[in-house]
Amino acid sequence: MSDVSTPDTVAAALSTSAPVKGRSLWADARTRLVRNRAALASIVVLTFVAIACIVGPLVTGHDYDQVYQDYVRVPAQWQAYPTPDQIGPAVDRIASRMRAKVESQQVTGDTLRVTLTAPRAIDERLLVYFERSDLFRTAKVVEKADEGKKLVADVPIKRNHFLFGTDSNGRDLLTRTLFAGRISLAIGVLATTVAILIGVLWGATAGYLGGRIDNLMMRAVDVLYSLPFIFFVILLVVFFGRNFVLMFLAVGAVEWLDMARIVRGQTLSIKRQEYVQAAEALGVTTGGILRRHVIPNTLGPVVVYMTLLVPKVILLESFLSFLGLGVQEPMTSWGVLIAEGAKNIQGSTWMLVFPSIFLTGTLFCLNFIGDGLRDALDPKDR
Amino acid sequence: MSAEAPILSLRALDVRFRTTDGELRAVRGVSLDVAPGETLAIVGESGSGKSQTMMAVMGLLASNGFATGSVKVAGEEILGLSPRELNRFRGSRLGMIFQEPMTSLDPLYRIGDQISEPLRAHGKMSKGAARARALELLTLVGIPRPQERLDSYPHELSGGQRQRVMIAMALANRPEVLIADEPTTALDVTIQAQILELLADLKRRFGMAIVFITHDLGIVRRFADRVVVMKGGEIVETGATAEVFSQPREAYTRMLLAAEPTGRKEPPPNDSPPVIEARDVRVTFQLRKGFFGGQSSELKAVDGVDLLLRRGGTTGVVGESGSGKSTLGRAILRLTPAAGSVRYEDRDLMPLGRDGMRPLRKQLQLVFQDPFGSLSPRMTVGEIITEGLLVHEPGVTRSERDRRAAQALEEVSLDPSARNRFPHEFSGGQRQRIAIARAMILKPRLVVLDEPTSALDRSVQKDIVDLLRRLQRQYDLSYLFISHDLSVVRALSDEILVMKSGKVVERGTTEQIFADPQEPYTKALMAAAFLSAQAIE
Repeated sequence: MSDVSTPDTVAAALSTSAPVKGRSLWADARTRLVRNRAALASIVVLTFVAIACIVGPLVTGHDYDQVYQDYVRVPAQWQAYPTPDQIGPAVDRIASRMRAKVESQQVTGDTLRVTLTAPRAIDERLLVYFERSDLFRTAKVVEKADEGKKLVADVPIKRNHFLFGTDSNGRDLLTRTLFAGRISLAIGVLATTVAILIGVLWGATAGYLGGRIDNLMMRAVDVLYSLPFIFFVILLVVFFGRNFVLMFLAVGAVEWLDMARIVRGQTLSIKRQEYVQAAEALGVTTGGILRRHVIPNTLGPVVVYMTLLVPKVILLESFLSFLGLGVQEPMTSWGVLIAEGAKNIQGSTWMLVFPSIFLTGTLFCLNFIGDGLRDALDPKDR
Repeated sequence: MSAEAPILSLRALDVRFRTTDGELRAVRGVSLDVAPGETLAIVGESGSGKSQTMMAVMGLLASNGFATGSVKVAGEEILGLSPRELNRFRGSRLGMIFQEPMTSLDPLYRIGDQISEPLRAHGKMSKGAARARALELLTLVGIPRPQERLDSYPHELSGGQRQRVMIAMALANRPEVLIADEPTTALDVTIQAQILELLADLKRRFGMAIVFITHDLGIVRRFADRVVVMKGGEIVETGATAEVFSQPREAYTRMLLAAEPTGRKEPPPNDSPPVIEARDVRVTFQLRKGFFGGQSSELKAVDGVDLLLRRGGTTGVVGESGSGKSTLGRAILRLTPAAGSVRYEDRDLMPLGRDGMRPLRKQLQLVFQDPFGSLSPRMTVGEIITEGLLVHEPGVTRSERDRRAAQALEEVSLDPSARNRFPHEFSGGQRQRIAIARAMILKPRLVVLDEPTSALDRSVQKDIVDLLRRLQRQYDLSYLFISHDLSVVRALSDEILVMKSGKVVERGTTEQIFADPQEPYTKALMAAAFLSAQAIE
C-alpha cells in the first residue's frame, strides 16, 4: 500500500506520466482494420475515386456541360480526336457550306493544308466555319489564285481527348462521370450524415428514457416507415419542386428510421450496464449520460451501418434519378448517367460501361469497408 | 501419485496467443498426469493459465491461440488433431463443464435435445433411446421432475439446475476425464455445496477422473486428491492435497493459502451520529400481466427493512442472489423507486426527485460488483474518475481535474499515469480500484459497496478489503457492504443483516452472528466460510 499522496508526489507523477497514452478500443479497431487487406485496398481505391471526382473535372480539359456537336456519341479511345477518317468528311462539309469544293487536303502533324476551288470567288470570311467546328482552329490563308476562285489555307487541327467517349449530346463522358461522382458521393455522405445524426439522437433518447416516451417516439418511426418511399419523394417534389437539397432531405428522412431502431436496441442493452448505473449514482444528467456513456458505446454498429448506408443512399439516388425525380440536366449523377447509358446500350456501350464501373467499384469498396469494420469492431474478436 | 498409467497426460504444453502486442505465452511448459479415478485440482489466480491449459486439451482455444507440446489421452496423442478427429475424444472420453451456467446452454434448445445431442453424435443412438438416456441422466444429476424438464428451455431453470444439466451433458457418454472449469463460482453458496456433493457422488459411482479448475481453496481441500498450483503459466507446486495445505513449499502457495481477508474493524463510538436511518423500506416490482390480461403479480424485492448506519460504521448485508440485498442498497441511494422512509443525516430522501437528489449524490456513492461492466469502455480512466467532478464541481478546471484524478489514483495505490489509459488495459483488481477511486474523489460520507470483491481473486480481495478499511479510517466513511462472502463481511463490518426473500431474517453484531447463527441459511453461509477458513489453519 502506498502512503497518502502528498502534493509533491502527485506533481512528480504528473510530470513523468504525461507521455503515457492508452490504447483505446478505436485504436485497436484501426490496427485490425488495417490488417484486413480487402478493406485496406478498398479504402485506398475509394480515396482515389473521391480525389479523382473532386479534382478530375478541373483537369480533363472539358467542362461537364460543354457540348461538342461534331463528336456526338464518339466511342472511347486512347488517341486524340479527330481521327484521320473524320477529317475528310468534316472538311467536305465545311467546304460545301462555303459553296466550294475540296481539291486536295493533306495533314502534316497538327496542320491541315486544304485547297478549295469554287466557280465564284471564295469569300475569305467564310473560313470562320472551320473555327466554328470542334475539329479545327482558326484557318490561315496561304495563297489565293484564279481571282479568288482557288484558295489554299492552313488549318490547325484541334486535338481533343475523349478517354471515355462522349454522350448523345457530345459531352465528354470522363468529365461527366467524375462530376457525377461528386454529386453521388456528396448525396451519399451528406444524406448518411443526416440519417445518422437524427437516427442516433432519436434512438438513443427513446431507448434511454424508455417507457411512454420511448413508445411515442418509436411509434412515430413506425408511422414514417409505413409511408411508401416513392410516394413520399413525389410528394416532396410536388410541393417544393426538384431540388438538389431536397434529395438529401428525402433520402435522409427515410434512412434514419433504420438507424433509430438499431441505436435504440443498442441503448436498451447499454442502459442496463453498470457503468450507466454508476453514472446515475454519480448524479450525471440524462444529457451527460447519453453523450458520454450511451452514444459512444453505440458507435460501433453505427459506423458499420454507415458504410452500408452510403451505398444504399447512392443507389436510392440513382433510382430516383432513373425515374426522373433526381438531379436535373446538365447536372448529373451516376444514376442519371447509367440511365442514359442504358437507353443507348445498342450503339454506344461505353456510355453505360464507364459510369457503371465507377458506381459498382465504389459500392464494392464501401461494402468491403463495412465488412472489415464490422470484424474490426466486434468485441468477440478481441 | 498413482501407479496406474495416466488417463490424461500433458507434456511440455505451451499455449501462445497472437495479439496486436505480439505473442503472449499463456501456458509455459506444463507437464502433468491425471490418474484414472483421481481428482486433480488446478489452482491459481486469474491469468495463471489454468483455464487455458484445459482449453488447449479440449481444442477450444480462441482462434488466435495455438498449443504446442503433447497431450495424451490413455496414451493417444490428441494435440494437433483436426476438429473431426478430436471429436472422437471430446464429449465421449473427455467431458467439460464451464463456469457460467447462464450462457453455456443454448437458449433455443430444449434441455432434452441438448443432452441427446452428444449421445446421438457419439453413441449413434436413436432418437428415442437418446431421450430415454437423457431422462436417466437428469434423474442422476438430481433435477426435480426430470420428465417435465426434458421439454423445458434453459431460461426456465435456475442457475444451479442449469449447472446440473451441464453436468448431465458432460456425463452423457461416460467420459473418463471430466474437466470442470470453476463449476461453482457463479453459484450461490448453498447451491455450490450441492453441486460439489453431486460431483463427488458421481465420481464415486462412475470412477472417472476429475480435473477441477478453481481459485477456491476451500473446495480444493474438501474434494481434491492432488493439487497443482499454477502461476504465470507455469506449475509452481504439485502434491497431495493434505501435504500442500499443511506444508506449502512455495511462497506463492503460502500466499494463496493466507489470502483470506483477515483483521477486524474497530466499531465506531456509540455516540457517533447516524448517517443513514431507514425505516420500513419496501421495493415492489410489478410483474407484467399476460397478453390476455390475467393476474398481475407483485414481487416484493425488499419487504420492510430497517437500517441504522452510524458515521464511521459498516453494516454488512448478506443473502443469496435474489434476496433483495442489492435492491436494498439501491433503494437507500434512491436509485430505485421505494416506499418507506430513508433519512440521510437530517434530511428525508424519500420526497426528493432526480434533480433533488443530484446535490446529495456527491455524498452518497456506489461501487459495483463487476469491475468489467462498471467502467465505460470508451472513456479513459481519468475521464471516468473525474466524471463526478464535472457534475458536482463544475467550476473545476481541466488541469485541476487532472491533478485530482492523479491524486485519487494514488490514494487507491494505482500509478497516476493510469489515467490516460482505458479500462480494458487493466486487471479486475485494478479496475475495482479505479471504481473505488471514482467514488472517493467526491469525498462521500456513505458508500454502498455492492459485492465489490466477489469477482476478484482471493489475494486481490484481501488488498481491496485493506484498501477499503484504510479509506474508511482516513475519511470517517460509512459503508453499506453487500456480499455473500462471510469472510469478507467479517473483516469489514460492525453489524450484519442476513436477508432472505426481501426480509431481514437475522441481524446482530458481527461477533453475535459468527458466534451463534440462528437461521439455517446463515448456518449454510457460515459452513462455506469456515470451510475456507479451516483451509488456512
